[in-house]
Amino acid sequence: MAGDVTPFSPRSAEVAGLDALEARAANRESVVRRGWAATWPKLLAILIVLAVWQLVVWTRWRPEFVLPSPVDVLARLWSDLQTAALWNAIAITIRRGIVGFALAIVIGVVVGALVARFAILRAAIGSLITGLQTMPSIAWFPLAILLFKLSEQAITFVVILGAAPSIANGLIHGVDHIPPVLRRAGRVLGARGLDEYRYVVLPAAMPSFVAGLKNGWAFAWRSLMAGEIIVVIAFQASLGQLLQVNRELSDAKGLLAVMITILAIGILIDSLVFGTIERRLREKRGLVAA
Amino acid sequence: MRLVPALAGPFGVPEAEPSRAGAGRITVQIDGVTKVFPAGSGSVTALDDISLTVRQGEFVSILGASGCGKSTLLNLVAGLEAPTRGSVHRAGEPSFMFQDAALFPWLSVEQNVELPLKLRKVPRGARRDRVAQLLDMVQLGAFAKRQPHELSGGMRQRAALARALARDAEVLLMDEPFGALDAMTRDVLHDELERIWQSTGQTILFVTHNVREAARLGDRIVLLTSRPGRVAEAFPVDIPRPRRIEDPDVAALAGLVTNRLRQEVARHGR
Repeated sequence: MAGDVTPFSPRSAEVAGLDALEARAANRESVVRRGWAATWPKLLAILIVLAVWQLVVWTRWRPEFVLPSPVDVLARLWSDLQTAALWNAIAITIRRGIVGFALAIVIGVVVGALVARFAILRAAIGSLITGLQTMPSIAWFPLAILLFKLSEQAITFVVILGAAPSIANGLIHGVDHIPPVLRRAGRVLGARGLDEYRYVVLPAAMPSFVAGLKNGWAFAWRSLMAGEIIVVIAFQASLGQLLQVNRELSDAKGLLAVMITILAIGILIDSLVFGTIERRLREKRGLVAA
Repeated sequence: MRLVPALAGPFGVPEAEPSRAGAGRITVQIDGVTKVFPAGSGSVTALDDISLTVRQGEFVSILGASGCGKSTLLNLVAGLEAPTRGSVHRAGEPSFMFQDAALFPWLSVEQNVELPLKLRKVPRGARRDRVAQLLDMVQLGAFAKRQPHELSGGMRQRAALARALARDAEVLLMDEPFGALDAMTRDVLHDELERIWQSTGQTILFVTHNVREAARLGDRIVLLTSRPGRVAEAFPVDIPRPRRIEDPDVAALAGLVTNRLRQEVARHGR
């Protein structure tokens, strides 16, 4: 129908003029510059923490074998990183984290999608999901151990319970907050039924869903550490278990080196994986303050 | 003449030759439509016994003060709502454009325009050609890869127009599409819309509360009363095209319609 319209119109020049005056200039900073802008405050914060730590050590508040200096701990971390033991522990812990988190995503998405879609389910379990989120994961372990003994399943069980409610809530919140005009637009453009979900509802809910994933990961990582300290499994020297062993051996340097490792992994996954996805989504949609 | 009820499925290929307004086949037929909304314990009658016949290629401006149920009328024609009484028939599923461009912020400009084609299962190659053509038509070819937030308000509305045209619907419903734009941009878009409409031969129902705009664009102005919405009067617009918003004829007609609208509004103050 509209095939033979020429782009030329008597007012082309005016249209182009208004566009040039009004369109926002695309603002693309270099990756290096942005990377540095995001990195230096973190580096500074780490330096400050290390300085305070060193000051506390110098006050001789605790003997050095209980609270070693940051230099000694970092040296110990460096040498531990040359050993297979630490890397094995990292591998075991991360594998558990990924498996548990993946299952939590599946469960969280299914439950979240159902609750967002059906009012009766929302009335029934909507507040329960939020309630589960406030439940400290460590409180689940006695039950988990009764159900699954001292096994990997017990840990996975608690990791899922820690992460799935956040993921479900992120999805529900995202669907609830879709601007009605976008759903109307989708409908009048011919998006019905499953198409509406695929092309309108899910993409519109994505930022909130990713926020839920990020939150869920934090819960999963915390639950995992609690689990590894409580549920000791033979021949599975995980990071949590290394913490326990070092405490029993009164090896403060080793203990702190493992703690730094745990913190670093948590932060890296949060900022590199979820932080990157979140930033891309927000930039694409113009949700970043100029 | 083939017409389908507003809540029925899609309709076949539109017949080719665009005909003069008033002479073509009927594309929208509203018969004695009443729409009542429940409100608290009672109810509100938004539209009361509205009848309107629109022919292919006609541009109808629907004008009224607040509370005349203009938007409700479009929703009924779009099939987004069902009438309480009466019937609405239209040729095929209409396309719709809102005051808010309502572009999907996660899609680029060209992806937004492509979506209705994708939903109709148009093959990829044909989609690409059609999107390029539509973007050229609204003069956004250079901005195809931009995200909606990188565009100005006027550009967003043009992208929304291209997306609405991508439905290839016979009837285009427009709900105050230029209401939020500045006067200069609106003026340019009037020309663009007139040009595009003249070449596509679509039927347009254009809701506005701007009398000048109604006179500038329409073949006919349908003035609605408020609470409940009834057809107060219909004004034919016999001013040759292309028109300009500053044409004396447009201004004179707008003056006439404004007077009628004033009487209508004053009735509610008594």
